[in-house]
Amino acid sequence: MINFVLLISRQGKVRLTKWYSPYTQKERTKVSVLSLLSVIRELSGLILTRGPKLCNFVEWRGYKVVYRRYASLYFCMCIDADDNELEVLEIIHHFVEILDRYFGSVCELDLIFNFHKAYYILDEILIAGELQESSKKNVARLIAAQDSLVEAAKEEASSISNIIAQATK
Amino acid sequence: MEQLRTIGRELAMGSQGGWGQSKEFLDLVKSIGEARSKAEEDRIIARELEHLKRRLADPDVPRRKMKELLLRLVYAEMLGHDASFGHIHAVKMTHDESLPLKRTGYLAVALFLDERHDLVILVVNTIQKDLRSDNYLVVCAALTAACRLIGEEAIPAVLPQVVELLAHPKEAVRKKAVMALHRFYQRSPSSVSHLISNFRKRLCDNDPGVMGATLCPLYDLVLEEPNSYKDLVVSFVNILKQVAERRLPTSYDYHQMPAPFIQIKLLKILAVLGSGDKQASGHMYTVLGDIFRKGDTASNIGNAILYECICCISSIFPNPKMLEAAAETTSKFLKSDSHNLKYMGIDALGRLIKINPDIAEEHQLAVIDCLEDPDDTLKRKTFELLYKMTKSTNVEVIVDRMIEYMINITDHHYKTEIASRCVELAEQFAPSNQWFIQTMNKVFEHAGDLVNIRVAHNLMRLIAEGFGEEDEGADSQLRSSAVWKVSRLSFVLQFQLYCSILYVDSYLRIVGEPKLPSLFLQIICWVLGEYGTADGKYSASYIIGKLCDVAEAHLTDDTVKAYAISAILKIFAFEIALGRKIDMLPECQTLVDELSASHSTDLQQRAYELQALLGLDKHAVGSVMPADASCEDIEIDRNLSFLNNYVQQALENGAAPYIPESERSGVISVGSYRSQEQQETSAHTLRFEAYEMPKPSLALATSQTSMPTPTVDLVPVPQPGYYKEDHQTSRSQASGDALSGEFGVKLRLDGVQKKWGRPTYSSSTPSSSASSQQATNGGSHSDGGGSTTSSQTRESSYGSKRQQGTEVSAEKQRLAASLFGSAAAKADRKAQTSRKTAKESSSVEKVTVTNVAPQPVKEQVIPAAAPPDLLDLGDEPVSSRTPSADPFSQLEGLLGPASATPVTSETSATSISKAPDLMAIFSDDVPTGATSGSTDPILGDVNSMSSHKGATSVSAKKGPSLQDALQKDATARQVGVTPTGNNPNLFKDLLG
Repeated sequence: MINFVLLISRQGKVRLTKWYSPYTQKERTKVSVLSLLSVIRELSGLILTRGPKLCNFVEWRGYKVVYRRYASLYFCMCIDADDNELEVLEIIHHFVEILDRYFGSVCELDLIFNFHKAYYILDEILIAGELQESSKKNVARLIAAQDSLVEAAKEEASSISNIIAQATK
Repeated sequence: MEQLRTIGRELAMGSQGGWGQSKEFLDLVKSIGEARSKAEEDRIIARELEHLKRRLADPDVPRRKMKELLLRLVYAEMLGHDASFGHIHAVKMTHDESLPLKRTGYLAVALFLDERHDLVILVVNTIQKDLRSDNYLVVCAALTAACRLIGEEAIPAVLPQVVELLAHPKEAVRKKAVMALHRFYQRSPSSVSHLISNFRKRLCDNDPGVMGATLCPLYDLVLEEPNSYKDLVVSFVNILKQVAERRLPTSYDYHQMPAPFIQIKLLKILAVLGSGDKQASGHMYTVLGDIFRKGDTASNIGNAILYECICCISSIFPNPKMLEAAAETTSKFLKSDSHNLKYMGIDALGRLIKINPDIAEEHQLAVIDCLEDPDDTLKRKTFELLYKMTKSTNVEVIVDRMIEYMINITDHHYKTEIASRCVELAEQFAPSNQWFIQTMNKVFEHAGDLVNIRVAHNLMRLIAEGFGEEDEGADSQLRSSAVWKVSRLSFVLQFQLYCSILYVDSYLRIVGEPKLPSLFLQIICWVLGEYGTADGKYSASYIIGKLCDVAEAHLTDDTVKAYAISAILKIFAFEIALGRKIDMLPECQTLVDELSASHSTDLQQRAYELQALLGLDKHAVGSVMPADASCEDIEIDRNLSFLNNYVQQALENGAAPYIPESERSGVISVGSYRSQEQQETSAHTLRFEAYEMPKPSLALATSQTSMPTPTVDLVPVPQPGYYKEDHQTSRSQASGDALSGEFGVKLRLDGVQKKWGRPTYSSSTPSSSASSQQATNGGSHSDGGGSTTSSQTRESSYGSKRQQGTEVSAEKQRLAASLFGSAAAKADRKAQTSRKTAKESSSVEKVTVTNVAPQPVKEQVIPAAAPPDLLDLGDEPVSSRTPSADPFSQLEGLLGPASATPVTSETSATSISKAPDLMAIFSDDVPTGATSGSTDPILGDVNSMSSHKGATSVSAKKGPSLQDALQKDATARQVGVTPTGNNPNLFKDLLG
């Protein structure tokens, strides 16, 4: 099971965090937000300093953290000790490919400004710490369906704004 | 009207900007990106939060604006700031009618809250309502939130709806419903136990996505009770077969691999179902063989499946052919250049040797390589493997390596683990006592604070006993020695002496070194106290001086001080008993004075005991503190029969007999005791009667004739009323006595009693126990009483453990021999590889440094200049001998195995020629249809555009994505976010 997903930049800036496990959650809330920071600090200390040719896995507090670097962004997933690391490595890549398809050559800036969209996509791939959908097509279709609703709402809004603009002239 | 205008402006702004975000948010991100320090960033966020707080509380803020404010709140919290004031707004937003707002609300709620949060109760209702919605997207959003927020108590509220949704026409909803049920099952198995049959039903769902999702809960259920799912073995095997034969829609393919994630899940389930079940396993062999045959070792995902296959094979009923295939794949992993694969190989090997220990043999060199590897993760995994294959023959090599590694790590979590493993292995397989004690010393020296205190007590006992009794026949070293023929008792004594002399030496050396763990100091003090003077090499005052130093250096550690003072007491006692005159060192006197005034009653008592002991004569001390008697058993005389003589005498002298408390009519106040304390030694009726329990004690009394007279003198009858628990009495009372003459009033022993079981007291207790229990021990002595009593139980458990260990080693003798044979070869190689790796790592470091250094400079001068990765790449042909230093090659390494499948012929080429391959494969997946070329993909986007204008023809091959990048860059500039900030890589394609 995936306990949490963490995206950090090479400078140690958090780009996305998602917690699935209630246990890690406990750890996290124990000292509230501060401990989240300490988890991130600990992990960035572990991961960002690792050399290029080393394993993409680190053992951490009885868990394993699988990470993969894309440009300047590290995608990390914390898994249980008996999970298949290589599989998780591919889950990360699966996620990145879907992001790439959605944003069109995704870059870190996309994830900064549209972090909520990254969250929506992640929610379609992982649920409750498990991979729920391994078909890129299905994920893309669902996200598109949701976006079309947003677009519809936006159009509606802009037409209202036009009306308002005209009314206020 | 004015208000309407603002709304209009805001609405318009919402749809502006490159990322559909408002200017404010873009500014926020920009300023954070440009913040020079953490403090500055914190200030910016604090300001932002203030602003958000004001805006969120404003009732006039339009709903669409609310959505953005909420997202900014999420952003602030993501950066680690507390935004709890806004949580309620997120909850409110989930009630919204419009789906986009509702989704935002759910997203924020799921990120802000967890199932234990108080606000969740407000969301449950909304989730309930939304689960019934006609719009499947609303239902999906609600299900996603339910997985995160529904705790044990709230499950019944939503359960009926979720079950209904299992039959929803939309597969996305069914899938999420299955996952939600799974989550509920994890939270509270009992609440969904009646619904488990639904999972079986969903396994036959038409949609492969739903089927795949159903495997998650089924895996958990199968783990729970495999036997009730044996009937599904055939179905699982069939599904796996169909998946492997590509019967699923191609949209489930991943890098040319048919639905690999589903395959892995199925393999996991089969591993559990086939475990120890020959019949079930029989169904699996064919399909497993197929998967092995089709196995693709060139891609990461292919290896993931193969690894899972190995796990499955090592778990189910063994089949020689399958094992062979698994071993073959494992050796491929181990021989691979990729660290990831080596890691998996080591793990797989650890699984396979459980079935066939011989497999490890041929990989020994590979394993040693991994052990020498600079990669910490790999090293730890290898230690785990070694731990699994430790035998009595190779234990020395393995534990020595472990300790060597342990010394250099700082990670407490892992250090604790490896220290306990060392102890466990040493206890199980120790080839000799000497080695064991040496090893333990090392463990204590470097990880003493992380080791269980039990281990320390074991060690002390072992030093005292010298393991003579158990190992008599087994220990070859002993067998060869002449001592072997001597009677057992004298042998034990001799060995003991040998051990202690040896360790006194080493312990004395260690004491001088600063910063030893407290537990280790305790052992040292104990050994010094027990055996410090035994060989006569060091004078008593020298050792006492050392012990005083220890106590002084550890002002705050009461336990260490207690050990030290007890050790001093013992040395004084031994010296006095030998008739030697010993001077009180001034520093020792200071220590005693200081401790007599200590806040700790324990320390105080020890100090007083020492002072009292100094006043005794040679014989008394000899019987109170016999030398080298820490292993004698102490029998607690609960009836205090040793006092019988005394009682008898008193009765004869006309004292009134004891009346038990229950039979007494009057209540005796404590005050009356107080007044009597002055006449300590006088035989007051009430006092000595308290010790009388005539019937049983008589029998024991007969054995006590040898009780030395001086002791009797020393044992006045103390305040009996104090000691209600008679089992403790003998000791505490006696130690009380020794001092009662002078210090009776000060000592409050009641509180201290609890601690008496610990061996700390071994030194001080004897003063009491010896005096009181001389009878049972005869003249022979009984020092270290405390440790023996407390370690008696341990002794037995320890003994059985050792026995177990020897059994195991006998069983696996065969492998042991083979492994041990390689140990010599190991040593050679070890030296070689370590030299090699040292050189390598240093060069790597150097290069990385040079890579990193130019980065900031370059970036400041030419904002859009190529990042250092690029430069490295340019250098690549020149310095190709250090490819490991190239960050780009790392990137490629990550992607390489996954996507380099079709062009395997080129994999041996340099990283430059490899790069395009990876892009080519990737572009297969990207519908934009980028034409693959011999370009370097990393040259894409901003970088290539701005600094490689001349090379556009090259980078243009990336096709539409370049345009995308141009657009992005343009918008970024529009909104004022420039790549001049700290991080020019923001624009770089993640996949490029």
